[in-house]
Formats: sequence, structure tokens, C-alpha cells
Amino acid sequence: MNGWRDALLSDNPGSRRDARLGQVYRGWLQFRRNRLALLGLTIVLALVVIAAFAPWIATHSPDEQNLAQRLLPPGAPGHWLGTDEFGRDVFSRLVHGARITLYIVVLVALIAAPIGLIVGTAAGYLGGLVDAALMRITDVFLAFPSLILALAFVAALGPGIENAVIAIALTSWPPYARIARAETLTIRNSDYIAVARMQGARTGRILFRHVMPLCVSSLTVRVTLDMAGIILTAAGLGFLGLGAQPPMAEWGAMVSAGRRYVLDQWWVATIPGVAIFVVSLAFNLLGDGLRDVLDPRQKK
Amino acid sequence: MLRQAPSFLLQVALTLLGLLAVTFFIGRVVPIDPVLAVVGDQAPKDVYEAARRELGLDEPLLAQFWIYIQKMVAGDFGQSLVTNRPVMQDIARVFPATLELATIATLIGVLVGVPMGVAGAVWQDRWPDQIVRVVGLVGYSMPIFWLGIIGLLLFYGMLGWVNGPGRLGVFFEDVVPVVTGVILIDAAIAGEWEVLRNAVGHAVLPSAVLGYFSVAYIARMTRSFMLEQMNQEYVIAARAKGVSEARIVWVHALRNVAVPLVTVIALSYARLLEGAVLTETVFAWPGLGRYLTTALLAADMNAVLGATLVVGVVFVGINLLSDLLYRVLDPRAR
Repeated sequence: MNGWRDALLSDNPGSRRDARLGQVYRGWLQFRRNRLALLGLTIVLALVVIAAFAPWIATHSPDEQNLAQRLLPPGAPGHWLGTDEFGRDVFSRLVHGARITLYIVVLVALIAAPIGLIVGTAAGYLGGLVDAALMRITDVFLAFPSLILALAFVAALGPGIENAVIAIALTSWPPYARIARAETLTIRNSDYIAVARMQGARTGRILFRHVMPLCVSSLTVRVTLDMAGIILTAAGLGFLGLGAQPPMAEWGAMVSAGRRYVLDQWWVATIPGVAIFVVSLAFNLLGDGLRDVLDPRQKK
Repeated sequence: MLRQAPSFLLQVALTLLGLLAVTFFIGRVVPIDPVLAVVGDQAPKDVYEAARRELGLDEPLLAQFWIYIQKMVAGDFGQSLVTNRPVMQDIARVFPATLELATIATLIGVLVGVPMGVAGAVWQDRWPDQIVRVVGLVGYSMPIFWLGIIGLLLFYGMLGWVNGPGRLGVFFEDVVPVVTGVILIDAAIAGEWEVLRNAVGHAVLPSAVLGYFSVAYIARMTRSFMLEQMNQEYVIAARAKGVSEARIVWVHALRNVAVPLVTVIALSYARLLEGAVLTETVFAWPGLGRYLTTALLAADMNAVLGATLVVGVVFVGINLLSDLLYRVLDPRAR
């Protein structure tokens, strides 16, 4: 057998780094057995590749209009997914739309997860009044359905993709805070925290260096599972005309624009919808697979 | 239960206060000057100042919030710029339409979702279970507005089985007097069967689309609750006693599932209010969701915040109700 595999699976890792790598490898072996999760991972990776190389993959510019060739059906020469109401190539717009989708999802995750992590760990570790106050605020945000609250924020901030990101992030942190708090409550009385405290570590150091790293894995799972929801909310905002503004090739906005022609030119509205569906399905499958590996307690 | 009432009520009051704080805050950070919205941008300085004072905008922030709370509690959400009527009146007019949609969808969710979830648990990992899984996965990944458009394309455009967007055909508008605001009930009260049939034809598709998401959620939760119960010792005991499998499933296990299921159904009902925003836009359904999006696009902040607040309060109310039901139904929680 090959040496590196044995080294990774060895019961006596040589160093801390070897042990970590071995753990990751075991997780991967377990993840690999879940075919659907692998499919999800493949689609998500494909999305990343498409987004990265969009200008080279697309056959046309996403904004290039050609009114002589508007509403061509799929399979038309040069436009294998057809064209929209301005004669723009649907395939090229779809490819460029991958960038916008990824941009929104990554940005929302990067804003919402740290907010939730800080609020949750602070509430759980400090307890008392801080806990009560922070959790009350969390509950208030949970009391609004997230799309409605996002709509209200967008109304205040004005339509646009950056404001949509901010609005979605502002509505999606409360569940992360809840999870981080629950994890912190189980961690906070462990011996190693007590040791760190006795050695004179400040509260901030304990939170950032000793508590937060342990919350990361369950939070990762939750964020991955939420990505599908983020994509759907962003597409919904785009559909309502409050997210990405025209002529941006955002999938939800594309569905909305194609809606007027749906009875005669079905492809303009349906094809971007398929893209939204496939990508959020992929994130759901990936999230389920990750949950089984990283967070076996939640396994159903 | 009565002993917990004060702290329970305090929590609800705090949450409602929080809702008001959030909408107040959103109303304050709007770049649109609320004074200009009232007097127009041609107004002379003294008129502007007078309007500003009248709106209470010269008071300190906390005093403004206090004024805001008093107004909201009294049900005074201000005028709508679009309809030129009090927002409260508008909401009272459109809300029954949303309620109608969400109620039918929840009924579909319960009637289809619960048996489906039970079947998934009883035949675990066999084909009924796979169906529950697929339905759930698709439900969590499908953009609801897209499903609505596909539904319209297929059942209205191509097959012609259902009526198109809207709540009633043009010929049937204003035929029946408004009693409850729910058109299906009003038509039945008036005995206008022609109108009722038309209304049903309009309601079928949007409520089925919403209902699908309800089915996905309820079936998935029912399945996992049932699986938990079927591994309990009392089920083994019942089997050993020779109780029939059907009786074990539908009487013994389902009865224990019923309590958490009430919470799930209430949550799904509340979530449908959210799905209604997109569904109503697709189907031109004159409910709260469409009122909200129309107001949004017209930058009609009084209407937006009023509708948001109403949805928030209904959300809290439904959660409260399910919590109370839980306590009443489950003897252990008493």
C-alpha cells in the first residue's frame, strides 16, 4: 500500500499536524461514501470554476444586445440556450450570474457567521444580564420571517446588490448566535477553560482562542445548510426587483424579466430558475453530508 | 401554568417592544426625508418646519420612539402614499386574501404531509421514505416564485385546467358582498355558486404551490418524530401483546407525535405568510404580500413598516399560540 495513506490513518501520529491531517482524511473517507454529498460538492466546485472563468466560458458578453435576434428558442445557431427579450445570450448571462450568486452567498456568510459567533459565545460565556439582553435581541430578529425583514431593510437602504447582501446578513445571524451560545454553554465549565482562566487569560482571549474554535465546526455545517436559503432569498429579492438591478445578470431578476413572455417563450424564465434550483440543491446535499461528518450528534 | 403567566407575558411584551424598535430603527435610517414625503420638495421653509414639528421629528430620539409606540399600539400606522388611505384600513382589506391562501395551503400540508411522513417512517429506507426525502429536498431547494411560474405555464397556459392570475375573473368582481373578506366563504354565504367556482379555479394553483412547501416541511418533521416513537419501548410492548401494526402506528405512536406536530404545523403556517409575498406577486393575488411589495417599489415607508409589523406580530402570535397549545396538550409540560 502507499505510505501516505498508512501515515494518515496511523494510530500514533508523529506530530500534532499529522494528527489533524489524519482527522481530516478520516472525515473525507466518511464523506466520500455519501454519493449525494459528493454530487453536491461537485456542483458547488463547478459553480466556483464557472464563476472564476466566466468570461472564457461564456460565448457572448452578458450585456451585448441584439434586437434582431430577440427571444430565439434554445438550439438556435450560436445561442444554444436561446436569447432573451433584448437578444442577449441566455447561456452567457447564466454563466455570469454564477459570479453574482457566489458573491452574495460568500459575502453573507462572511458577515453573518462572525456576528452570530461573537454574539452567541459572548452571551453563553458571560451569562447573566449580558446573556439575557443579547438573547432577547436575537429573539426579536427571529420573530420576523427573514424575507419580510430583509424586504424592510432593503426598503430602507434602497435596492441594489450590496444592500441585499447587508439585508440578508442582518436577518440570518440569529440562528448562528443560538448555536454558538448552546456550544459555549457546554464548553464554559470544562477544565481547560478553568485552567486558562487561572493562568490569567483575559475574557477576550478565552473567547477568541479557546471557545470560538470549538464552535466553528457546528457553525460551518449550519452555514452550509443555510447557503441554499441565502441563494433563495437573494433570488427572491432579485425577482421582486429589489436585489441586483438590471442589466446585471442575476438569476432571480432573469426569471422576473422572462415572466412576461413565459406563455410563448418559456425558456427565458425557466432556464435561470433551473440554475437556482440546481445550485441550492447542491448546497443542501453538501450541507447534509458535512453534517454527518462534522456533527454526528445531529445525524438523523 | 398560571404561575408562569407573568414572566411569560413579560417575554411576549419585550419581544413586541423589540419588533417596534426594529421597525422604528428602519424607519429612521431611511434616506428618504419623511417630511418631504408629506409636504413635497417645493414647500417653503416655514411649512416644512411646521410639518417637521407636527411629525414630532424635533423631539429627542427616545421621545420620538415613545410617540411611535403610542401610535402603533393605537393602530395608527399613518397614511399610505399609494392608496391615500390609512395603512391600517388597507391591511385589514388585503389580509383576508393572504389568510385564505395560507390556510388552504396548510390544510394541504397537513392532509398530505402527515400521512406521507408516517409512511416514510414505517417503511424506513424503502420507496415511501425515498419519496419523503426527495419531496423535502426539492422543497428546500426550489425557488417558490419559479414553481409558481412553471405551474402557470403548465396548468393555465398549456392545459387550461385552472384560471389565471388574480383572485376572481373580471366579470365576477364585486358581485358578492364582503362579509369575511375571504372570497370562498363570502360567495358561499351569498349562494353565488358561479362566483365560488370561479374563485376556486383561481385559488387552486397558488395554494397548491404554497401547499407543496408545507407538505415538504411537515412530512419531513412527521417522519423524524415517528421514527423516534417507533423505537420506544412501549411500541415493542404493544407488539409483544399482539396489537396490530396499524393500531400501533395510528393510535399509539401518532398520539405521541401529535403534540410536537402541532408546533410544526403552527410554524409552517407562519412560514407560509412569508412564502406568500413571492407567491402573491407571481399570481397577482391581492393580499398582504403584494401590498408590501407594491409599497416597497413605491418607497411608501408607512405601508412597508405597517405590513412588516403586522407580519411580525402575527408571527409572534402564532408562536405564542403553539406554545400554549403545547402546554395544554402535553400533560408533562403542565
